Amino acid sequence: MSVIHVENLTKSYGKTLALDKVDLEVEQGEVFGFIGPNGAGKTTTLRILLGLLHKNAGHVSVLGADPWRDAVALHRRLAYVPGDVSLWPNLSGGEVIDLLGRLRGGFDQSRRDELLERFKFDPTKPCRTYSTGNRQKVALIAAFISDVELFILDEPTLGLDPLMEAVFRDCIAEVRQAGKTVLLSSHILAEVEALCDRISIINEGTIVESGTLAELRHLTRISVSVETARPVTGLSELPGVHNVRVDGARAHFTVDAGAINRVMEHLTPFDALSLTSAPPTLEDLFLRHYELHTGDDAR
Amino acid sequence: MKVSEFSGTGALIRLILRRDRLLLPIWIALPPLFVILVASAFVSLYPTAASQQTIAAQIVNGPGLVALLGPVSAPTVGALTAWRSSIFAAVIVAGANALTVIRHTRTDEETGRYELLGSGAVGRRAPLSASLVVTLGADLAIAALVTGGLVAFGLPVAGSVALGLSFAAIGWTFAAIAGVAAQLAESAGVARGIAGAIFVLFYVLRAAGDANEQSGQSWLSWLSPLGWMRLVKPFASERWGVFAIFLGAVIVLIAMAYTLSSRRDVGAGILTPRLGPARASPRLRSPLALAWRLHRLTLLAWAAMFAIYGVMVGYLAKTTADLLATNPQLANLFAHFGGASAYTDSLFTLSLTFLGWIAAAYAITATLRLQSEEVERRVDHVLATAVSRLRWATSDLALMVIGSAVVLAAFGLSAGLTYGLSTGNVGYELPRMLVATLAYLPAVWVVAGIAMALYGLVPRLSFVSWGVLGAFVLLELIGETLKVSQSILNLSPFNRVPAVLVSGVSVMPLVWLTILALVLTIVGLIGFQHRSIG
Ligand SMILES: Nc1ncnc2c1ncn2[C@@H]1O[C@H](COP(=O)(O)OP(=O)(O)OP(=O)(O)O)[C@@H](O)[C@H]1O
Ligand SMILES: [Mg+2]
Repeated sequence: MSVIHVENLTKSYGKTLALDKVDLEVEQGEVFGFIGPNGAGKTTTLRILLGLLHKNAGHVSVLGADPWRDAVALHRRLAYVPGDVSLWPNLSGGEVIDLLGRLRGGFDQSRRDELLERFKFDPTKPCRTYSTGNRQKVALIAAFISDVELFILDEPTLGLDPLMEAVFRDCIAEVRQAGKTVLLSSHILAEVEALCDRISIINEGTIVESGTLAELRHLTRISVSVETARPVTGLSELPGVHNVRVDGARAHFTVDAGAINRVMEHLTPFDALSLTSAPPTLEDLFLRHYELHTGDDAR
Repeated sequence: MKVSEFSGTGALIRLILRRDRLLLPIWIALPPLFVILVASAFVSLYPTAASQQTIAAQIVNGPGLVALLGPVSAPTVGALTAWRSSIFAAVIVAGANALTVIRHTRTDEETGRYELLGSGAVGRRAPLSASLVVTLGADLAIAALVTGGLVAFGLPVAGSVALGLSFAAIGWTFAAIAGVAAQLAESAGVARGIAGAIFVLFYVLRAAGDANEQSGQSWLSWLSPLGWMRLVKPFASERWGVFAIFLGAVIVLIAMAYTLSSRRDVGAGILTPRLGPARASPRLRSPLALAWRLHRLTLLAWAAMFAIYGVMVGYLAKTTADLLATNPQLANLFAHFGGASAYTDSLFTLSLTFLGWIAAAYAITATLRLQSEEVERRVDHVLATAVSRLRWATSDLALMVIGSAVVLAAFGLSAGLTYGLSTGNVGYELPRMLVATLAYLPAVWVVAGIAMALYGLVPRLSFVSWGVLGAFVLLELIGETLKVSQSILNLSPFNRVPAVLVSGVSVMPLVWLTILALVLTIVGLIGFQHRSIG
């Protein structure tokens, strides 16, 4: 059964079309990444999933419920970390964590203590004195102390240092282990690569790609760097080969997944001495879709 | 002080002008408009020199009115206008200046907007400088409009200039005070609280000084900028030297603000807050508990302010009664108006009118906290938990309803107690005063209901509720002196509040006002449940 089901979701703010026929399917027990550049519509989508925003058209169901109508019952079963965490300036971090945990329907004290320890978080300061990273910790701890089925996290690692990011990843791993579902938005691609089972890429309000990382890699190019005995020629003419740069005995290029065999055959006569190839990072994938959309792709 | 610390001031001035393009013209226009209305009211009510003489004498001989608004310095239309408009204009001008300066310094810093600017080519002193330039300029515009209006109306030039400048001077003073407060406090709320408390202190000093002028305590008025406004004596042998005191005070305060600003980090204040609890109290488990935790101190401060005002009015009433008892001539004069007790009752009634407006201002602030929670995106945390929109909104509204009752009761109790103790008849005065004060509650709730309806339906226009309150106040101020038709006067809920002390309790208007408030609130709540958040 899918935990989140979104079909044809459309949303506009006045004249700006923020979401245009978005589809999204998140299955029980998976960690799902939702990535896209600034202003792509990630936050808008997540806030519709929480029933905070009206949708203009389409169908949305979260944990089998309609988030607009059944908000209260639904919210007992999920935890949300907003993208831009702003807190009550006069409350202490500890107070906010307890309050949010209680409003969600209760939490485990020992889990709270453990998370404070792991995130190295001082709960006694007034919230106005917390740095961005510390505000983020408040929201994350408040979310992870709750025993809920679904976590909706909007750019959850914003402002966390690498050490804390590692703690966050551990938390996600534990949650996944416990069979819970996570939907996280991000533009930090390494994080999505490390954490997510499946991803969707959104750009300017439309989903441009979805699938597992493996599936998406097929859609993109591998970058190759080769050293040959004699300078390589004729690479640019091969179909499926791009961005060729030859400097002396070395050649660099990218190649479509389907054209690798042809390239290998082409290279043999030039006597390859060494060859390194790198799988596409999500970065490449992401940039490529971004370029495609803005129309300055090299293809 | 390096020049680079001021760089970007010009750009910030333009930014402030753009952000305040609606508010600024409103508060600049209000004082001149009011002054001219008052002047024309006095001309139409007291056209002859003799009638002006009589009314001035009546005012000066009633210490209650002198304490509330100050003495009249000459029996002319100009002096009467200055007397009637100064305090009201001071509230508007001082309030607008302080709020504007804090909004563009501490609020921006608190919300992190300053960080955006600070990292650009904006010096650390630029925000304070820009907000001061804008407010000081706006005050000069007020002075020019007031002067121009009164001269055009046919009043003496010197007096008109003095009155206009006294408005500007009080504005400057409070812009500078707010500049200092914004450096001291770490939150905009506390900074506003400091500025407000200082205004109340100045008002009390002036009232005490003016009321006891005969007994030689008028030096108290010299301690208060609100006293200086009167001591300028517009339209009665103007004392221009008083402006030098204003100027000196403003320069010292601004220097203080700049010095403080260089002694602290961005985002920090001079008054550093203490650490908070590591765990929330077990009671902090509902939106209502949250609202209480966030706003209890503010409520306490408001209640204290109302209680002090109550003691003051109760004490004044007592002084008036004493004076009438020892002075048969005066007593005769007042018998003419319905007797000594009638006089103290109408003094109380007048104070209650002021009070109703201030309580309504409290109610609007308390209601529009919903909006600031939404704008600051804090509401997302709460509404993403098992709290419904209705529960969240009604929690804050409940605190507003209770809070407005508490502040009004604080006045009623303290005024009734002070006056009752002095006349030795607490059992009679206390309940009467309390009922008369609480009679304002339904009208206050109507104003809050208007704020809620606007917030629920069109949150962007929530601030219009301030304009509505301003219109009600203006109606009452004008209606009092100018002969405005009853049907227009009746648009103001305050006009429906029974003057309990003068004419007894009438229940029906209160019931109708409560129903109206309820309907407005429900409309707002329905709107809120059906719209997007943020
Ligand atoms: N309240 C609003 N009113 C008008 N337009 C809005 C509003 N909120 C968002 N938008 C617009 O909708 C689009 C999507 O915004 P959204 O916040 O969902 O993007 P995002 O993917 O979360 O971006 P980011 O990565 O920067 O957080 C943007 O073009 C944005 O300008
Ligand atoms: Mg976002």
